[in-house]
Amino acid sequence: MSNPSTVKTRASGPTRLRRRTRVSEFALETLIRVLGFSTIGFVLLIFLFLLREGLPAFFQVSPAALFSTHWYPTYGFFGTLPLILGSLLVTLLAIVIALPLGVATAVFVREVAPQWTREILKPVIEVLAGVPSVVLGFFGMTFVAPLVREVLGAPTGLTAFSGALILAYMALPTIITVAEDALDSVPRSLRDAGLAMGATRWQTIWRVVVPGARSGILTAVMLGMGRAIGETMAVMMVTGNAAVMPTSLVSLFRPIRTMTATIAAEMGEVARGSTHYHMLFGIGIILFILTFLINLAAASAIFQKKRKGGLR
Amino acid sequence: MVAPNSTQGAVERTAAHRTPASSYAGREPKIRIEGVSYWYSRRQMLNGVTLSVPDRAVTVLFGPAGGGKTTLMRLVNRLNDLVEDTQMTGRILLDGEDIYTPGTDVTGLRRRVGMVFALPLPLPGTVRENVVYGPRLAGERNTSRLSEIVERSLTQAALWTEVRDRLDAPALSLSGGQQQRLCIARSLALEPEILLLDEPTSGLDPISTAKVEESLYALKKDYAVVIVPHSVQQAARIADVAAFFLAGELVEWGEGPEVFTAPKVKQTEDYITGRFG
Repeated sequence: MSNPSTVKTRASGPTRLRRRTRVSEFALETLIRVLGFSTIGFVLLIFLFLLREGLPAFFQVSPAALFSTHWYPTYGFFGTLPLILGSLLVTLLAIVIALPLGVATAVFVREVAPQWTREILKPVIEVLAGVPSVVLGFFGMTFVAPLVREVLGAPTGLTAFSGALILAYMALPTIITVAEDALDSVPRSLRDAGLAMGATRWQTIWRVVVPGARSGILTAVMLGMGRAIGETMAVMMVTGNAAVMPTSLVSLFRPIRTMTATIAAEMGEVARGSTHYHMLFGIGIILFILTFLINLAAASAIFQKKRKGGLR
Repeated sequence: MVAPNSTQGAVERTAAHRTPASSYAGREPKIRIEGVSYWYSRRQMLNGVTLSVPDRAVTVLFGPAGGGKTTLMRLVNRLNDLVEDTQMTGRILLDGEDIYTPGTDVTGLRRRVGMVFALPLPLPGTVRENVVYGPRLAGERNTSRLSEIVERSLTQAALWTEVRDRLDAPALSLSGGQQQRLCIARSLALEPEILLLDEPTSGLDPISTAKVEESLYALKKDYAVVIVPHSVQQAARIADVAAFFLAGELVEWGEGPEVFTAPKVKQTEDYITGRFG
């Protein structure tokens, strides 16, 4: 309580004013505290709701059936394996595509591009992150899918690969932005040290700066993955939505279905309280666990960096 | 100053106080800096600096902060090439050859001119990886040759006995003093001809400082060592040749003992005595 107005109030005497200041101070503090805690509360409530609706599924469906290869709910087959693999397949493929592109772009923006290019590129990349996923899905259906069908000769263009392309595009802005920050935090003196040892500019970038930003780039990838695995609308529109077990490499160019798409597509027509209904929430729990693990991995990467004292 | 290169006579603006005396004068200078001025976005950092750096001796560049010592060092290995909006006039000769001639092999130059920075900056990776980093970039692949380099460089930097069992430990796990000597070893691994050290002991405790200085005494038998010391005391301890910089001007230079005991210019004397007493 050392701000000037308080001091002035005290000096002029009237304790009434002082009390009012103290009361408003208390009220504000309480309000902020309540808001803060209620955020935690809401997250907890959502989680509890998810558990309440989803857990029964794991009792109604035996573990063996749960991880079997057939998802055919109308006939009582609740095998989630094709959905889990579908999600992982699309996500991993998306990251495989987005990682080199994203890191290369980040290197270009941070290390190579002249100042004016950088100033244009950065906001443009941030705008990319704001493109609604349904727009990307639409783009995927009308442009990417036909392209995949014609170029690769697949029976349909709505495939895991098309979905991965769209997801890669969606994950790129995240990866670029975070990776660029990581590159930026590599101290200038470390670059000088590389150069001073007779490294060329490229050798310095690839052998000093990028390794120096390694943990930050890892975080970028994890965040990009988190973005990709939770994405629903775009993948629902371009992956073909057939709950088929991906068994071989050819599956990449066949329709698959992700966990998110399953929930979104079937939730509207399911009987409330049925096994199917609980199962959809069960998938939500599995998805939650997966994203939680990804975030945990990202957090531990950051933690490790901090513990090692970073790179100054 | 005896100028073996005839073109130098014209450039030399030899006033009496700028002439360094005796024993290094007869030698061919390793580095010859001729009338170098340098601007960083219109701010002048160096103003007509002319200086000779002898081989196999310690040359000390000292003076208050902002005097242009670090700038001058970074010009000698062309580390400022990537800094935008700068301008330079004058010449810097290494063994009589202008290093700013177009077509100069800059990475080759930087291998000949090693540099150690104020903060110890190990690269990500192990102790061994740090030392072999430069030679690997230069294309050395032979494992036994590389381990020879590791032992030789670390020995020269007076670090070998302390880290011989920890070569595969992360470089960041070493103490500050050890990290700095590792950085010196890293520069030595390239077998440079010149070693530039920019306040190499500024972050170190007295014992580590003593160890680094000790390794400098050993190094000057083989190298031209140029150092920006972190104090006047250190400058006086180690200088064979001393050059006093003030606001971008080279005020006075000469043999170390003379500059520190009988400075010819008042500003030098003020700076030295101000610090001492």
